[in-house]
Amino acid sequence: MNSLRKFFDKIKPNFEEGGKLHAFRSLYDGFDTFAFVPNTTSGRVGTHVHDAIDSKRIMSLVVIALVPALLFGMYNVGYQNALAAGQLEQASFWGMFWFGFLAVLPKIIVSYIVGLGIEFTVAQWKNEEIHEGFLVSGIIIPMIVPVNTPLWMLAIATAFAVIFAKEIFGGTGMNIFNVALITRAFLFFSYPSSMTGDDTVWVAQNTICGLGFDVPDTFSAATPLGEIAAGATTLSTSFCDQVCGFIPGSIGETSVIAIALGACLLLWTGVASWKTMLSVFVGGALTGWCYNALGLSPLTACQHIVLGGFCFGAVFMATDPVTSARTEGGKWIYGFLIGFVAVTVRVLNPGYPEGMMLAILLMNLFAPLIDYCFVSRNISKRAKRAINK
Amino acid sequence: MSQLFSKANMEALTSPLNLNNPVVVQVLGICSALAVTAQLEPAIVMGLSVTIITAFSNLIISLIRNSIPNRIRIIVQLVVVAALVTIVSQVLKAFAYDVSVQLSVYVGLIITNCILMGRLEAFAMMNKPWPSFLDGIGNGIGYAIILVIVAFFRELLGSGTLFGLQVVPQWCYDHGYVNNGMMTMPAMSLIIVGCVIWAHRAYNKELS
Repeated sequence: MNSLRKFFDKIKPNFEEGGKLHAFRSLYDGFDTFAFVPNTTSGRVGTHVHDAIDSKRIMSLVVIALVPALLFGMYNVGYQNALAAGQLEQASFWGMFWFGFLAVLPKIIVSYIVGLGIEFTVAQWKNEEIHEGFLVSGIIIPMIVPVNTPLWMLAIATAFAVIFAKEIFGGTGMNIFNVALITRAFLFFSYPSSMTGDDTVWVAQNTICGLGFDVPDTFSAATPLGEIAAGATTLSTSFCDQVCGFIPGSIGETSVIAIALGACLLLWTGVASWKTMLSVFVGGALTGWCYNALGLSPLTACQHIVLGGFCFGAVFMATDPVTSARTEGGKWIYGFLIGFVAVTVRVLNPGYPEGMMLAILLMNLFAPLIDYCFVSRNISKRAKRAINK
Repeated sequence: MSQLFSKANMEALTSPLNLNNPVVVQVLGICSALAVTAQLEPAIVMGLSVTIITAFSNLIISLIRNSIPNRIRIIVQLVVVAALVTIVSQVLKAFAYDVSVQLSVYVGLIITNCILMGRLEAFAMMNKPWPSFLDGIGNGIGYAIILVIVAFFRELLGSGTLFGLQVVPQWCYDHGYVNNGMMTMPAMSLIIVGCVIWAHRAYNKELS
């Protein structure tokens, strides 16, 4: 650690005004403050309350919370590949994991290079400090797409999302919509056949570096929600598999257990709001129960929560501190409506098997309105109290 | 002759093309810019129709501007515009039936295009016929330019064609290229119009 600090101090003059690498100042600044907490203090004039943990450290925590789901997703990619090829007996644990690792790694690299590239360029161009928000988006983006998404699509979608959902609103902390979800929405509406179209997008089909298996062309593997949307009344996978995550789906979303591990970390450190998280689950469960009781959906409330991207969205994206409601009361309504809309889209719209993405984006839009209502309600309440006295 | 193309008249013709563009500066006529720009051909026909209608309605209103009672001027303007729109719509149906089917209701909806009423109210009611005519042509072409720019990107990226001809080679499709489906949705044209405005303002600093 000490030698790294010394290295940063040594190369620092190159990046300052007049240094030969001044054009890469934002790059240096970004990596320096990522590796070490900056030792700047807030001004002595006026009142400043400064949290001990800065946003780069919060982002790192979220990335750590995402790791279990990511690792399991990699393993599941290999598992689904072996399952589709009918070679499950021959496949070893590590063989499946490394296959998945090699399938997912290029997506992570592309998402980070494109996203951070744009962020660093904008920071340098506007002469601002580098923003850290893409640290989390960059890891979430590969986790919410099917494993067969072509890299060039991912690159275009990431660039679109970072520019149009983030930079034009003013960068990190100013965006109205969750950047990772805009990436997915762009892919979803632009290239529907590569995102959900036929049932071949969810399973990697070719060997990578000698690992994995070649899957015959005739196979198809639908997600459980895809099966339901296609008119099935029973699922081909067991409930136990669905909880553990051995089902086809976007890379990071399948395992409830791995997501729960991340959720524990986020809640324990207080990074994510438990109110938002809980109310999403409550909203989804209640709505799912109602539709099930009315006979509109063959899925029980429990299955609605376990399947698809519900858990992933509830834990990692509904709780995004920038785009969610910020008033304490507003969080309840915001979360509840996400759960309600997500299940409603799933049940009532046969065109969209999964509604979590649309639900969160819609509520992102309404979060400022919810906050506004709660703030003005508080104001009028206090004004009344003052007048009555 | 020099009177006809005096500086003021030329300004009426050229300022809507750039610094006073009806779409990207005044933000008028956005709805039809979103609706008809999925392909180049209907966009160009739409641009031409609006240019002709704006020019001639400006001319006619300007000719009778002194005899229109102020209180019913909107109705008079609407009658003139509606008559012209009907003529253009019938001509399209007779000579370019395919395009008129593609444009469907949007030809009829030129009546409600804000650019038309805006120019009639703001220019034709208080200027002589010839400048009004030039102003109408300028605004129509200013509108058409933006339509063509938006339609160019939407057709190229959304369908891989230009004027219905395949532009993106088959080689790209064989290697995994896929047309962008979102480009064919109206939502995307709003974003493209936004990009055009962005580029326009970045170029003309005095606007922002």
